Amino acid sequence: MPELNTSSMPDMIFAILFFFMVTVTMRSEELQVKFKLPSASEVQKLEKKSLVTYINIGIPVDPRLGTGTQMQLNDKLAGIDAIQDYIAQEKASLNEADQQFMTVSIKADENTRMKYISDVKQALRKAYALKINYSARKAEN
Amino acid sequence: MAKSKKKVPGLNSSSMADISFLLLIFFLVTSSMDTDTGLTRRLPPPPQDEQNLQEMEVQRRNLMVVLVNSQNQTMVRDQLGDEWYANITEMVGRGGKVGLKDKVKEFVTNPNNNPNLPELTEQDFGEPIGTVLTTADHVISLQNDATTSYKAYIAVQNELVKAYNELREEAALKYYNKHYADLLPDQQEKINKLYPQRISEAEPKNYGGGN
Repeated sequence: MPELNTSSMPDMIFAILFFFMVTVTMRSEELQVKFKLPSASEVQKLEKKSLVTYINIGIPVDPRLGTGTQMQLNDKLAGIDAIQDYIAQEKASLNEADQQFMTVSIKADENTRMKYISDVKQALRKAYALKINYSARKAEN
Repeated sequence: MAKSKKKVPGLNSSSMADISFLLLIFFLVTSSMDTDTGLTRRLPPPPQDEQNLQEMEVQRRNLMVVLVNSQNQTMVRDQLGDEWYANITEMVGRGGKVGLKDKVKEFVTNPNNNPNLPELTEQDFGEPIGTVLTTADHVISLQNDATTSYKAYIAVQNELVKAYNELREEAALKYYNKHYADLLPDQQEKINKLYPQRISEAEPKNYGGGN
């Protein structure tokens, strides 16, 4: 029986590897808050991941930090008043033509009280980050 | 000369595949293919002058207020009257009451030119829609309590979006004989113009025409 020539195997694997390297983004931040997203049926996909800034709202993973609602910006917990700086910073990292398309995705736990969300929204308005997205899971309801 | 005799030994590349597999698996694990999904909204720009808050003038008949309270009950108030939903199941129309979605659809289209529903104005939308009557000035104001849960708020937002999506789907079938999702971008744009989402997240302070 003739032996199968496997010399091109690495090349194929490399081709797949490069495909994945190019198409993916690295899992960038460690989540420090837990959240269960609410579900909605009319969700849309967020296009252009590079233009999306995330705000995570939930209960801290670390029980020493209490059970109150906390917000995580980048990789640390922060208060509402830090939003404006954070948005300004994120906006500055985009190139000028893209800044107007910046979207802020609010990933909040479904049991968060609206007071907190409203405060976040007001801060976003002040920071002129007007395109927002209420992150939700797709579900038929 | 020794040049012709010495043969360069072939590099053993049998482990190459293993190495590249390892790299491949690393990227497979660390990558996140999942895209974020959600309800997209546009916030109003901040008030220019804190002292002189611009009061939005909205005619009473053009305004629908959707209020979600701390018990996650929903109240809908327009000039036709109030509707009260005791929980989310009732709000989506499964509790025997007319759901929020159908109320919003009636409010946005005002099919019978009811004087208590938003004003109809004639507008030309170009081919193939032509000149039709729409409620260009209607506003749906979504308000909430400090302790409303985010879940209920999103459920209400979802119903509002669903109402608009269904209207757009109906319009797409009527004017283009196609589903909304199958339309070309500029055709979708036209339909969106026909039924613009006018959901206000800021509370209009003054309901013109008294209360």
